[in-house]
Amino acid sequence: MPFDNAYEAITEENDHTKWAFGTGFDDPLAGVDTAVPNGMDAADLATYSLMLGDDALIMSHRLSEWCTNAPELEDEVALANIALDLLGQARLLLTRAAQASGEGDEDTLAYLRDEREFRNVRLVELARGDFAHEIARLLVFSTWRLALLERLVDSPDPVLAAVATKAVKEVSYHRDYAAGWTVRLGAGTDYSHERMAAGLEAIWPYTAELFTRHEVDLVDPSQLRPEFDAVLASVLDAAGLSVPDVTPMATVSGRAGRDGVHTEAMGYLLAEMQSVARANPGAIW
Amino acid sequence: MTAGDVVTARDVAAGVRDPELPMLTISDLGILRDVVEDGQHVTVDITPTYSGCPAMGAIRADVTRRLHDAGYADVDVRTVLRPAWTTDWITADGRRKLADHGIAPPTAAPAKKTPVPLTLGRRPPVPCPRCGEPDTVEVSRFGATACKALHRCPACGEPFESVKAI
Repeated sequence: MPFDNAYEAITEENDHTKWAFGTGFDDPLAGVDTAVPNGMDAADLATYSLMLGDDALIMSHRLSEWCTNAPELEDEVALANIALDLLGQARLLLTRAAQASGEGDEDTLAYLRDEREFRNVRLVELARGDFAHEIARLLVFSTWRLALLERLVDSPDPVLAAVATKAVKEVSYHRDYAAGWTVRLGAGTDYSHERMAAGLEAIWPYTAELFTRHEVDLVDPSQLRPEFDAVLASVLDAAGLSVPDVTPMATVSGRAGRDGVHTEAMGYLLAEMQSVARANPGAIW
Repeated sequence: MTAGDVVTARDVAAGVRDPELPMLTISDLGILRDVVEDGQHVTVDITPTYSGCPAMGAIRADVTRRLHDAGYADVDVRTVLRPAWTTDWITADGRRKLADHGIAPPTAAPAKKTPVPLTLGRRPPVPCPRCGEPDTVEVSRFGATACKALHRCPACGEPFESVKAI
């Protein structure tokens, strides 16, 4: 990197680094061998990295909305930590996507794409509900993502494999946190049980999409279902809750988040997340 | 330092402190993976503790600056993602320094299992770094930085932090 420290990167002499837009001094994959392995399709690798990177980025954004809104300070800290882990994973994955496609970087991918270009599952973009709703979403998301990352550890792409190896440790903690709260609320008072059940019911229609095969999946998500079901069963059993009996959310002729077809919530989320970078291209402070 | 001492690039890099756990050097923390010296050129390999660790940029900059100050003109700091960092790499000296500063050092990292088992009940208790009480209470699995958790000691009544075993 051309800068000796973080401050040098944001001074006037280095105004090409666009501090408001990103951080000119810290490529998350600096010094990592990023050649695309032989026999791997670079476009597929880019798309897949983008899908997993977008899941992490959008979930991270929703979790970060809990700052100043969580019921307890400890949970605010916990949710912010989980958001930070996912943001770190997003940076690595979006950087990988940019390298494999040969276009842009983590910042242009996060801030300058439109809604239809985002490849995240719809579960992560849903507007923030109450705490039980967030715990239900985090339980489903982290259980599914952990099962996926465990398989990605053996990816032929060494960068994806390395990112997954690290992320497995992080997401295990996220899942335990969500599972702990699901049990505490589900097996708590009648009122907390009711709220937890309602949260679970609200997000459950979006679970089917997580296991739907997409043409560029490097890990077949339908294989994750048995592990997901087993973990959910043990958590819900301890919480005195049951799997909601709800109809999966409709798709548009089979197309959903992975194809860039999102819910209404996504546009509002991007408007907030991207507004500073788009309103002040090249801004520095 | 006496005239006979030779300060290597490894010594210089190993002396850089972690910005979030400043009682530890990056060598104590186990994230300094390799230092290769070739004349004026030095290649340093470091491994992030967490994917989103915000200290990586500062550590990278510190390593580069200190090696420049020590006369190495050409410094290349590389990120090594695999094998992933584990708290088992924190040195014995590093563990002692953590405890001296009231932070419980990590217990042994959980054995690698696939699928990762769910932890619903209590995790093994972390001994209090102040009074040694073995049976303490975990207040939150997440703390002020990604690598720490919050606990309370029922014996001495003090809150304390621990480094999460990963």
